[in-house]
Amino acid sequence: MKSAVILFPGTNREKDMLDAIERASGVRPDLIWHRETSLAGYDLIVVPGGFSYGDYLRCGAMAGNSPIMRAVKAEAERGVAVLGVCNGFQILTETGLLPGALLRNAGLKFICKYTHLKAERCAAPFTQTLTPGQVTEVAVAHNEGNYFADQATLDELEGEGRVVFRYCDADGAVSAETNLNGSQRNIAGVVNARGNVLGMMPHPEDATDAALGKTEGLPLFESLAHALAPA
Amino acid sequence: MKAKVFVTLKPGVLDPQGKAIEHALGGLGFEGVNEVRQGKVIELDLAAKDRAAAEAEVEAMCKKLLANTVIENYAIEIDG
Repeated sequence: MKSAVILFPGTNREKDMLDAIERASGVRPDLIWHRETSLAGYDLIVVPGGFSYGDYLRCGAMAGNSPIMRAVKAEAERGVAVLGVCNGFQILTETGLLPGALLRNAGLKFICKYTHLKAERCAAPFTQTLTPGQVTEVAVAHNEGNYFADQATLDELEGEGRVVFRYCDADGAVSAETNLNGSQRNIAGVVNARGNVLGMMPHPEDATDAALGKTEGLPLFESLAHALAPA
Repeated sequence: MKAKVFVTLKPGVLDPQGKAIEHALGGLGFEGVNEVRQGKVIELDLAAKDRAAAEAEVEAMCKKLLANTVIENYAIEIDG
């Protein structure tokens, strides 16, 4: 699996992302600076977390209009797998690759903690290693993770099985109490209609090394490594 | 030519900052504030000489970058 991790000024989660992908696939991704204009030949493109361009104007707004994102968009339209985590998810919504937007957390506080996630869509390329309803515990670290889309878009996402993860408790119960940032319908991650672009606020890459306490994020990268391995 | 762009959250989109301001105003004794919504103002100094051209250009800027129309509305004011 040949993969690229995009680096913007202000990105700060790229190193754990490189490690996580290498751990799962055996191949270290290329780190691609935001001024590059081509991403030809990659099986997976990752937009990692951080504060691209200082979150100026809106989170992800500047990055969403940068030259490299035109290349990401072109590759996504060809069917290449694209994963956006945290600020990466915000960027993918700003480019229009994913529906909706990420608003300020309802509680107005930056949230940095472990949270439970319920997997709903378990399919290639991102989540074929998970089973529907499976609960994992991974970290979130964001100030604008409050997923918003209009009701028609939310109904479409639900109807097409495009909600990948929801915030839940340890038993998988999804409720207002487990909705840590005010997201519509507890949504933590969604895919595009074609299923090749996933955006999620939680950080699976932070939970891929036993030495750091958790490996519950690893299945996502193993799924990618399996789905995108050369035939 | 100068232009101002007013970007506001669409009705129905949660505005937690507006809510916090509303509570703070109540705490300061300003009663009768039914709701507060916070937005932003962007000031532009444009080379355009023609008002209609300036307006069309700013409109395009709003759609492309200045506002996220999934969650925000915008209004344009041209001066001069």
